[in-house]
Amino acid sequence: MSTQHHAIPAPVGGNLVNATTFVCGVLIAVMATIILIRLFFGLASTTNVNDGYSWGIWVVVDVFIGSALACGGFCMALLVYIFNKGQYHPLVRPALLGSLFGYTLAGAAITFDLGRWWNFWHIFWPGYFNVNSVMFEVAACITLYIIVMWIEFSPVFLEKMGLHDTRKKLNKVMFIFIALGIVLPMMHQASLGTMLVVMGDQVNPLWQTPLQPLIYLLTAITLGYGVILFESCVAASAYRRQIEVPLLNPMARVMLGIMGFYLFARFADVTFRGVLGLAFQFNYVALTFWIENACFAAPFLLIGSAEARRNPARLFLAGIAVMLGGVLLRLNGFLIAFDTGPGWSYFPSLPELLVTVGIFAAEILGYVIITRRFPVLPREDAQLAH
Amino acid sequence: MNTRRDFLKGVLASGAALSTASIAPEANARETRHRPAEGLGLLYDATLCVGCKACVAACKEANENPPEFSTEDHLWDTPLDTSGYTFNLIKMYRNGTMETKDAEVNGYSFMKTSCMHCADPSCVSACPVSAMSKDPVTGVVGYDPEACVGCRYCVVACPFGIPKYQYDSPTGKIGKCELCRHRYKDGHYSACAEVCPTGATLYGKTADLLVEAKRRIALAPGSVTTYPRGKLGGPDQSYEAPVGNYLQHVYGETEYGGTQVLKLSAVNFAKVGMPDLKPEAAAARSETIQHTLYGGLIMPFAVLGAMTYVAKRNVHHEDDAPEQAPGKEGS
Ligand code: SF4
Ligand code: SF4
Ligand code: SF4
Repeated sequence: MSTQHHAIPAPVGGNLVNATTFVCGVLIAVMATIILIRLFFGLASTTNVNDGYSWGIWVVVDVFIGSALACGGFCMALLVYIFNKGQYHPLVRPALLGSLFGYTLAGAAITFDLGRWWNFWHIFWPGYFNVNSVMFEVAACITLYIIVMWIEFSPVFLEKMGLHDTRKKLNKVMFIFIALGIVLPMMHQASLGTMLVVMGDQVNPLWQTPLQPLIYLLTAITLGYGVILFESCVAASAYRRQIEVPLLNPMARVMLGIMGFYLFARFADVTFRGVLGLAFQFNYVALTFWIENACFAAPFLLIGSAEARRNPARLFLAGIAVMLGGVLLRLNGFLIAFDTGPGWSYFPSLPELLVTVGIFAAEILGYVIITRRFPVLPREDAQLAH
Repeated sequence: MNTRRDFLKGVLASGAALSTASIAPEANARETRHRPAEGLGLLYDATLCVGCKACVAACKEANENPPEFSTEDHLWDTPLDTSGYTFNLIKMYRNGTMETKDAEVNGYSFMKTSCMHCADPSCVSACPVSAMSKDPVTGVVGYDPEACVGCRYCVVACPFGIPKYQYDSPTGKIGKCELCRHRYKDGHYSACAEVCPTGATLYGKTADLLVEAKRRIALAPGSVTTYPRGKLGGPDQSYEAPVGNYLQHVYGETEYGGTQVLKLSAVNFAKVGMPDLKPEAAAARSETIQHTLYGGLIMPFAVLGAMTYVAKRNVHHEDDAPEQAPGKEGS
């Protein structure tokens, strides 16, 4: 029954040139210029990365955080296709679109951070493989996932181009790509956490644990739902559509459930390893640990009751809190609580920041263009728009 | 509607896959690796070092590295730390009045900074494209710029902060000590040990160097003993000198599963910049996790199989929708 009243996706329509897209365009142009300078003059010409902090925000924010924020697609697929919650179907395409851009741009971002980018193909060339390397697994897996996502999303373009036969044929085997589109992100989101393990004692014990893959996987999933809460609210206000509260409410409950388990695992881990004491010292590491976990706990206060979950403003704030928590967890492990020895410090340079901003601008621009021109958002609402 | 039944099936299928895989870890636990029997290395003895930096200059020359300046006049090569262009450096510990050599209080000491050639190196485990590799016989950890993608995971992973990248170049490489492996074929060995006037940097097989290190710390401070120079077991260049006030600790014997470069000091190792490391290598822990989860791709395929099965059952209802959505709308 639930599947029958699915809103059919349709383009939102409207003008592609407006204030938002113009600003995004300018930011993207700035980013492109900076990337060119970096390619011709080396990383030092534009970034503040150094041998103490060799991974700056181009890696930690653009890739590690960017990809985690792009987990909405796989989280919705998990609900709809694995747990057979067909009612969420209208959220799948928009979420997948967000993921598609998030990941594709994360993949693009890593290439210009690579010091020897022209060798990039070595990651896919068996003669060079190092299967012991967590980075190898992450890189190969993310690349595969990007390809899988484009295939998953291709019906949108096929619909637009009127290639119904191709679309039908593709749909027959789509379940394979849907399954891949769930397993691949689970693999590399977990591995992004494992990446910390080989760094050993340089990472503060509050973040250095063999449980890292589980911690990263669970937060990636909650982040996925958090982003959907956030995106749904933003898209609704930007396109003056209704917020899908009847869908978001139960989804938020799923998110809370996973997050409750996450917080339990997180604190059991630090307690069991006997490092919880570090969280009660008077320093910035302890402070950032508590802010991070407060962000994960905040949604319980914001949307703990079914009543509160019907309040769009609260859903929106909870989404933001979860996103901040996930962002901080990653910043903490790789930058803030990463201590490589005395004498090193890092803060991103302006060009570095502008590139990261440019990447997010590219995501927004892509989202706007595609939702306005291609059938992504549910149709009935689409007709209410503008 | 069979939603609930499918849901349960989905849960059961993925649960079964996960538990099958969780039986595997035992087989995948990877112990910290040990040094190869014939492994080569260096013994650096801080009590012998006079801080002449002949080794730093020799290293620059052997690796064809440009000078780096930290003074106004740009007259001398004066790097302040190892870098993409400086693979070996002698650093100085200073305390108080700096009166006495090798004293922790009111004293000074030297310490060599260069690759430790770990038995179980983090850099090798981290590198996605095998550009960092450990020679199975000599144990020397080498770098291949032709393979390297410049991801700098090795830079981040090394507990000693050794691999460094050349950020100022559009074609930057990683720079690190490779124990002068390119000079062996001409009968040479590590340039730093070759030129060291005091034998403070000594080249040889790590097993022999460890015996030599233990001999030294067992001697009574102030007594006189023979110190070899250059290459242990090579032509005799030894001389006699008084024994230093050694700490009873050969750094590198067990740290991180052992390193092929060993160090002796009279001043606390942590104070002269050598981190306190457990005998377990982080690489072993990382690879254990990695192979538990992905070994033979068993778990991914098991989960994928379960997901495919469930997705195939649940996906069909979507197929009908587009029939009603010819998708010819638009701007
Ligand atoms: S050459 Fe020998 S004595 Fe001179 S600084 Fe180097 S290790 Fe010390
Ligand atoms: S000291 Fe660092 S660079 Fe050298 S082998 Fe060990 S991990 Fe690799
Ligand atoms: S920078 Fe090069 S050597 Fe270092 S881990 Fe990356 S690919 Fe390997």
